[in-house]
Amino acid sequence: MSLETPLHKVGGLGSAHSGVGHFMRQRITAIALIPLTVWFAVSALGLIGAKEVSELIFLSNPLNAVLLGTFILISLYHLAMGLREVVVDYVPHEGFKLFLMLLNYGFAIAVAAACLFALARISIV
Amino acid sequence: MAEHPQKVRPLSPHLTIYRWPVTMATSITHRMTGVALAGGMLLVAWWLIAVSYGPETFNFFNSMLATPIGQVVLFGFAWALAYHLVNGIRHLAWDFGYGFALPTANKTGVLVFVLSLLLAGGFFALAYLGKGGYYQ
Repeated sequence: MSLETPLHKVGGLGSAHSGVGHFMRQRITAIALIPLTVWFAVSALGLIGAKEVSELIFLSNPLNAVLLGTFILISLYHLAMGLREVVVDYVPHEGFKLFLMLLNYGFAIAVAAACLFALARISIV
Repeated sequence: MAEHPQKVRPLSPHLTIYRWPVTMATSITHRMTGVALAGGMLLVAWWLIAVSYGPETFNFFNSMLATPIGQVVLFGFAWALAYHLVNGIRHLAWDFGYGFALPTANKTGVLVFVLSLLLAGGFFALAYLGKGGYYQ
């Protein structure tokens, strides 16, 4: 048995390279969302007042379907990370915090599943 | 404990006591728009589900958005998205080390509010002027 303290054991071994993971994921999704959001806004404006048929045609286009799916998935991932940060900052009670975390991830997964299912129903016919 | 009635201790200054600087307002607004955009994602999901279910559901969705409340919600979504986008770019610039000087941060903070309102307002102006709908 070593008499070294845990701190001394890992001293000098360098970083575990996971400390900035959340920070980097948040920034990378943010950068990806800049062009996707612009595309989403241009598409939304283009579909204003459109009949259902025109929207079906627009969403059946593979490029539009994939871009919208990507926009939704990356948005939800970015959203889940952000909401997690808000919960961690403002909710001190451990049980309530756990509940909100589960709600947060459950929300993201449920909305993602619903959107992808609807998109698939629209574009794969 | 009971024999020493607690004196009211002075609290250190907290959120409510400060005059709100621009940077504080932009920061909390970034958070609030981020949380609000969770509702925006629900709106996107509702839209896609409505389109996938057929004309009746789709027309109901459209008629809901056409109501005054629907238009207010839509404007809120548009502005929250515009604000989070523009202020997000400001945050990314900070991450790369640009614009951190306080006078600059104050100026870009005001710019973010103005620009996001112009973007959301411009979107609605184009829509109401009939300049939208070019994909039908």
